[in-house]
Amino acid sequence: MSNKLAVKWGLIIVILLGALYLIYPNYKWYSKPLAEREKLDTLGERPKRMLNLGLDLRGGSSLLLELDVSKLPGNEPLHEAMSRAIEIIRNRIDQYGVAETSITKQGDKWIMVQLPGVSNPQRAEELIGKTAMLEFRIVKNDQSIAQQAFAKLEATDTPFDDDGNLAPEIAALVPEGYQIMRSKEGGPMLVESAVEVTGADLEDARVVMMGENGYSEVSFRFNAEGSQKFGKLTGSHLQQNLAIVLDNTVQSAPTIQSRISREGRITGRFTPEEARSLAIVLKAGALPAPVKVIEKKTIGPTLGEDSIKSGLSASALAFVVILLFMLVYYKAAGFIADIALLLNFLLTVAVMSYFSATLTLPGIAGMILALAMAIDANVLIIERMREEKRAGKPVYEIISLGYDKAWSAIFDSNITTIIVGACLLQFGTGPVKGFAVTLIVGLLVSLFTAVFVTRAIYELILTSNTKEISL
Amino acid sequence: MMSIFPKTNIDFLKYRKVYFTLFGLLLIGGIICFFTKGFNMGIDFTGGTMVQVKFNAPVEMEQIRSVLSTTGANSELQSFGDNSYAISEKSTSDEVGVVQGRITQALDTLNVPYTVLQTNSVGPAVGSDMTERALWSILLSMVFIIIYVAFRFSNILWGISGVVALFHDLFLMAVAFSITQREIDLVVVAAFLTVAGFSINDTIVIFDRMRENVRLHPKISFGELINLSINETLSRTIITTLTVLFALVILYFFGGEVINSFAFAMLIGCISGVYSTIALTTPLVYTWSHGQYHDGSEKPAARANTEKATAVPAAKRAPRRASQNTRRPRKKRS
Repeated sequence: MSNKLAVKWGLIIVILLGALYLIYPNYKWYSKPLAEREKLDTLGERPKRMLNLGLDLRGGSSLLLELDVSKLPGNEPLHEAMSRAIEIIRNRIDQYGVAETSITKQGDKWIMVQLPGVSNPQRAEELIGKTAMLEFRIVKNDQSIAQQAFAKLEATDTPFDDDGNLAPEIAALVPEGYQIMRSKEGGPMLVESAVEVTGADLEDARVVMMGENGYSEVSFRFNAEGSQKFGKLTGSHLQQNLAIVLDNTVQSAPTIQSRISREGRITGRFTPEEARSLAIVLKAGALPAPVKVIEKKTIGPTLGEDSIKSGLSASALAFVVILLFMLVYYKAAGFIADIALLLNFLLTVAVMSYFSATLTLPGIAGMILALAMAIDANVLIIERMREEKRAGKPVYEIISLGYDKAWSAIFDSNITTIIVGACLLQFGTGPVKGFAVTLIVGLLVSLFTAVFVTRAIYELILTSNTKEISL
Repeated sequence: MMSIFPKTNIDFLKYRKVYFTLFGLLLIGGIICFFTKGFNMGIDFTGGTMVQVKFNAPVEMEQIRSVLSTTGANSELQSFGDNSYAISEKSTSDEVGVVQGRITQALDTLNVPYTVLQTNSVGPAVGSDMTERALWSILLSMVFIIIYVAFRFSNILWGISGVVALFHDLFLMAVAFSITQREIDLVVVAAFLTVAGFSINDTIVIFDRMRENVRLHPKISFGELINLSINETLSRTIITTLTVLFALVILYFFGGEVINSFAFAMLIGCISGVYSTIALTTPLVYTWSHGQYHDGSEKPAARANTEKATAVPAAKRAPRRASQNTRRPRKKRS
């Protein structure tokens, strides 16, 4: 084997191993029973880099919201208002306890909320419709009273019912004047029921990069009225913890080090991203303008399952028929093309897993187009090789001329189709984008598998002094 | 070697008047069809509400119709078999979600237990926005295709001809959906996009052969050159199309209801894509560049012109062409 060929094969093997490594989490995940997957989902233990199924394939609900632009305060740019609204909505939906929710901006003033596995999005709708409430509450200092309640909480699987209320037997343990709230870290927190200061009194919140110990912090500033109230609150609760509560979830609970009135800082082991989102949340407080649901879709789990089952088995059958056809018609060359096709499929899934892409029905259509183009690339090459063979060329020349002559057609047709894909990606919305992503990934992969890999296989065969290849 | 068409010598251009007439008829017939029959646009585009339910026991369609009529709204009922029905209302004035409640309330009065398989409520603005975006992106890709083809094949007419064929395929698909009154939903849009990709792919493969043959056979006439190129790539065209058709036929019959309309659209689009390349793209190139390529006794005038215009890319390509020529001496094809 020449050095060049060895390098080629080294590259192929590395890429193949990488692809298998990326695909493995998918295999592990989807071979688990549904119930176990759901349980892991709620615990947030779903693998990160994995191919996700879109709502049309797994069932679930989606809501498209429109921000009422006419009610925006005049001085705020639309895009800023949108990112605030998205952050607020994400905060609220997170309370909902659904894994893999996605909240994305669509167009100028639309927000798409996707809730996989949720067949009745009514509660999600209510949460989104609520006004945001930022509150500052004092955390219960005396842990001994709280401990029983916590112990009981730990022992119960479902401390909160669907509406976010405490189970009655736990509620009984909570002392008068206090209440238990969810905190962002996951655990419950015992806080005073009385709210002294709210987000309505906040004037600004900003990220402070590289604060104490190198961690990021969030600074905030009250207006005049807020300063007065906040000064009183902090002054009388020194060394206690202050819970910063947004939409009934404790975001963080720093210790009050000194009396704070107008300005303060929230310290904690924040990464810059965390600090940024906390600042956004604080500044956000309430939605910049009301939102309205303009589209609501629900796909029941059975329908999703049915469409995936019949769709998958038909696709698999079609794939096998194509592989067989290539094998019968083109013999050895067809077999090599088949290897490339299988590899194309593997690599596409691997790349999409790496980007945690979501596979939808239009996405599968994009994959089919890319696979068809990969077949076409091989047909182009093999037909060229046949032409050379008819001309009576020796085997090494058949192969190198076949590839050289087919390359320009393969290159130009792939690039043109990628151009189409890029236009769709740029201007299309949700489903059209899903199509474009798989198409572009599939095409780029096919340039590698259908041309580079197959050629490496032929060159490997040639090293063993092969005199003829059946085409 | 097992070959379906080992070597052909068909004069494809001979019938170009027939193709153009057919295209004209398709355009006229299609436009008449669009105006008289219109399209069955899904609620993804029109706005409205759809509820698909599955009853636990058999229910007569008439019964469902009668309870639905009590709502006072104009709803459509569609059966999917297996006691599964879809009720859709294309009204758009109501708040999203209101219609859904009205439909389920009406169904409750049947006193047959059912499960809701799927619901879909779309406000009117959403559908029109999506249609607009999809159309813009297709238009924009057509422009870019023309530019790219003009750049790679040194002639803008080739790009325009390819895009006319692309338009033909999408138009024919639209006519098919108008005649059959099949519902156009998001998945069908994906099929339209896929066909756009296929159609262009087919065109590029033949253009590539033509580009090569212009170089290899400077002596033959442009008409002969086109026919030669189509004939040389014919077996590739047939094999590729066959493999795709195999897959589509399987998806059409076994893919389930969602994939069915996708496969239907693709079947029409793919066949049309192959036809339009042979019957529209190349005859158009031939007709439009008649004055440019003469009978091939000299170097084609058009190439000399455009190479001047795109001096940089031509220079870039030059070394490659030269190296190919040294490696591959011009030989008569067997």
